[in-house]
Amino acid sequence: MSETSVVNTDFVGRTYPPSGPYAVSAADIAAFADAVGSDDPMHRDAEVARAAGHPDVIAPPTFAVTLGQKCDREYILDPEAGIDYSRVVHGEQRFVHHRPIAAGDELLGELTVDAIRMAGGHAMITTRTELTAGGEPVCTSTSTIVVRGGEDQ
Amino acid sequence: MTVRTAGETQAGDVFGPVTVEVGRDTLVAYAHASGDQNPIHQDEDFAKSVGLPDVIAHGMWTLGAAGSVVSDWAGGADRVVEFGTRFTKPVVVPAAGAQVRVEGVVKAVDQDTRRATVEVTASADGAKVLGRCIAIVQLD
Repeated sequence: MSETSVVNTDFVGRTYPPSGPYAVSAADIAAFADAVGSDDPMHRDAEVARAAGHPDVIAPPTFAVTLGQKCDREYILDPEAGIDYSRVVHGEQRFVHHRPIAAGDELLGELTVDAIRMAGGHAMITTRTELTAGGEPVCTSTSTIVVRGGEDQ
Repeated sequence: MTVRTAGETQAGDVFGPVTVEVGRDTLVAYAHASGDQNPIHQDEDFAKSVGLPDVIAHGMWTLGAAGSVVSDWAGGADRVVEFGTRFTKPVVVPAAGAQVRVEGVVKAVDQDTRRATVEVTASADGAKVLGRCIAIVQLD
């Protein structure tokens, strides 16, 4: 018998109070750029970034996932949500940037559980984090995680 | 870097392939930079104990590396205004390291907004590791 994931579908549509602020530093951005192999000088040289119209060095396009995952935590770790984190794999990820994330940003993240779909004993949970600074939109990060059901036959 | 213009870009344009090297040290650096310290990305014994063939790269490392290639083609990291994918297959990273091959094809260019839709392919060991990987790039 395979066991169906016990993710609680009552959470669909729930929006959490904004978490943060999450401070973004030039060092955070440089370390992330190094790790993903981006040699764009806008990650490391504030003058180059300013010349392109940014207040300071800017983050690579996937950096926002680090903040989205912090915002997810309250939901993922809520025992009522029924998510066994040891069975979670990342299924999909998408970013819509309203402007680049820059060093010096203090971002708030508002998490909404957009969808929970059950298929083949697995649960697919789509969450959306709206990152804002001073009330202005910065990035919409949408993530789908897959919580695998038991695979014992 | 010089920013690419919409006028010089058209559907069917291709870039790459770019070969990106990934070693265990890359994944340790990504774990620290991203906060994702799941041991399946660092600890070979742990990864094998949960049924994986070896250490696997973070899916988000792979997407990040693909994003670096797209940014480079566009002429700046600020030019990638939308970016997303499905994670279809892990990149297995043995002790000797692995290679990810990244290439892109322009699917459409909107000359009014100067935005290009780019389909990105990333593969390792001959198999695609990202599915429906699409970037929207703001050109000059």
